[in-house]
Amino acid sequence: MSLVADIRTSRELLVNLTRREVKGKYKRTLLGQLWSLANPLAQMLVYTLVFSVIIRIDPGPGVPSGLDIFALWLMCALLPWSFFTAVVTGGMSSLVGSENLIKKVYFPRSALVVANTLASSYTWSIEMVVLVIAILLAGANVLPFVPLVIVAMAVLLVFSLGVALMMSIANAYFRDTQHLMTILFMVWFYLTPILYPISEVARQSAKVGPVVGDITVLDIYRLNPMEGFTEVFRNLLYDNRIPAVGTVLECVLWAAVALVAGSLVFDRHQRRLAEVL
Amino acid sequence: MSVPSIEVDRVSKRFRIYHERNQTLKSAVMRRRRAVFEEFWALDDVSFEIPAGGTFGLIGDNGSGKSTLLKTIAKILSPDRGSIRVNGRVAALLEVGSGFHPELSGRENVRLNGAILGMSRGEIDRKFDEIVDFAGVEQFIDQPVKNYSSGMYVRLGFAIAINVDPEILLVDEVLAVGDAAFQEKCAEKFLEFKRQGRTVVVVSHSLPSLQNMCDDVAWLSHGKLVETGAAPAILDRYQESTRADAHVATDGSSHWGSGEAQIDSVELLTRQEPVSHALNTGDQLTVRVHYTARERIERPVFGLAIETHDGVHVWANNTRDTNRPLDHIEGPGTMDCVVPSLALQAGSFRVDAAITDSSTTHVFDYMRAAAEFSVARRPHEEMGGLVALRGTWGEPVAAGYDAVPITGPAATEGELGPS
Repeated sequence: MSLVADIRTSRELLVNLTRREVKGKYKRTLLGQLWSLANPLAQMLVYTLVFSVIIRIDPGPGVPSGLDIFALWLMCALLPWSFFTAVVTGGMSSLVGSENLIKKVYFPRSALVVANTLASSYTWSIEMVVLVIAILLAGANVLPFVPLVIVAMAVLLVFSLGVALMMSIANAYFRDTQHLMTILFMVWFYLTPILYPISEVARQSAKVGPVVGDITVLDIYRLNPMEGFTEVFRNLLYDNRIPAVGTVLECVLWAAVALVAGSLVFDRHQRRLAEVL
Repeated sequence: MSVPSIEVDRVSKRFRIYHERNQTLKSAVMRRRRAVFEEFWALDDVSFEIPAGGTFGLIGDNGSGKSTLLKTIAKILSPDRGSIRVNGRVAALLEVGSGFHPELSGRENVRLNGAILGMSRGEIDRKFDEIVDFAGVEQFIDQPVKNYSSGMYVRLGFAIAINVDPEILLVDEVLAVGDAAFQEKCAEKFLEFKRQGRTVVVVSHSLPSLQNMCDDVAWLSHGKLVETGAAPAILDRYQESTRADAHVATDGSSHWGSGEAQIDSVELLTRQEPVSHALNTGDQLTVRVHYTARERIERPVFGLAIETHDGVHVWANNTRDTNRPLDHIEGPGTMDCVVPSLALQAGSFRVDAAITDSSTTHVFDYMRAAAEFSVARRPHEEMGGLVALRGTWGEPVAAGYDAVPITGPAATEGELGPS
């Protein structure tokens, strides 16, 4: 796969582009990198207020961790979701925003998308460290699960990168893509059990019964790849247990499919980037 | 030596001219096709080899496909047919500094740009001092590049690209960057490249610079290769083919125009003496155009323009705009334009001259870089920028209760301020 070859040959470029993203983003701000924590914190406060205090969604305590804090439960799923959307939207603008560079210099174009993904991973990693510390302070011993969390993060990174590669090319050809994705992400967000537990979906699904043959609403609902990732991250961080093998396989499979499809699409269409931008 | 550094094999490149570009999904769906377009071949079945070592020029009129070919060699564009084989590491100088991030420092941008051009970390570390030294930006290397002057920006970009150490360097008319001293440095660097047996591929309109540099050239016209081979003969024939429109003098100035009247030379005089050294701000300057009209030309218009060496248009003046209509010219003659007081700050400048018809749309002759002069700075004169406005400073006036307003309704001292 030429994506792998590209990444190998342009390691130095990736390092520098990533550094440009990370450093350039908060240049000339007083708080610098701290700003990257402000957004998730604000989201946490608002969602906790609305969905825990006002609407009173109760996901129940983590088993076996015994944690029962809505804000932490929320963040275990919200941070991976935010990372995913940041990679895809950032990837889309990375190609369009580097028009000048693409038209004037040859370098592996995928480096732009990969570097953006790495820069988002950097921010996400900081957020996750803060989350782990918060969970520890809340009294759950999450440390033994940290290595597995890192593996899960890598799998989500691969999945996000695959989607970003596809969408960035689509966006270069049709600028509608970015607007479409904004709406799609909004719908997708609410169709993923981030703000509510999946048990609620299961309850409603059981009420309706099977839709076609044996297939229930819940089965359709669970086709969403982000549902699997959400479950894995919650299991590891909030519940402190090993996630179900099926769910893990599902995530790995989605990641592999996304990356293969993404790099095929990217390889096929990147040659014309200098013309379509 | 026998292996060519670049083999261009039956390369064709098609561009689409969109009448209605569909970059939105809606229009693509509504029309059930992506766009209405016409195709044209920017490159049509072009084949030639560029030998290793030496300088190779691509010549041709605007739209002949020479820049497209250069971009195709640089892998920025991909050919629709045919293939290009490149033996060696390529660096392309199509636009300098395009990868700079304005908020990052010069140091960080050198690393970033070097990496974009394919340098490894070790190489960048080794070359770093040389790059900074070449660009002459030592003091500012830790400043964000957005604070750089455009000259520094361009110099730094150029210095990085030229230090990539390519076996093949592709250059697109960027030879004219920076001031005279920097240009000299660049010319030296190109010579060094040549001595080291590297290949330089240049695209340029400027025949004099091509004549000086190139060993071989390829001549393109409307996307097709006209001929390729040793530079002098082809450059001559190329020049011949466009003789009706353009020719180049030995001193590097160039003409174009229909030629009924011709500018022979442009002389600069100050106080009736030919200018032999640097002028000063405020000097009187006479620009004398020596011309020959091959036939009687009714109501001609003479025009002059001054540009800085890096191409900033400073001044222009013609006999039509200044309402000095001329009746006719015929045969040889001279025409003077007197500048009573030169309002330019220190720098070096270039004079272009032209003779056109009364509408100024038909050019009989346009002489580029017909004359050059420089202005030297004397002590206690303005410094910075191009024009000398000769501003003078007054005494500081302290603001406060006791201050007398400079303007305002007839206020007398006793009525001022809160009491």
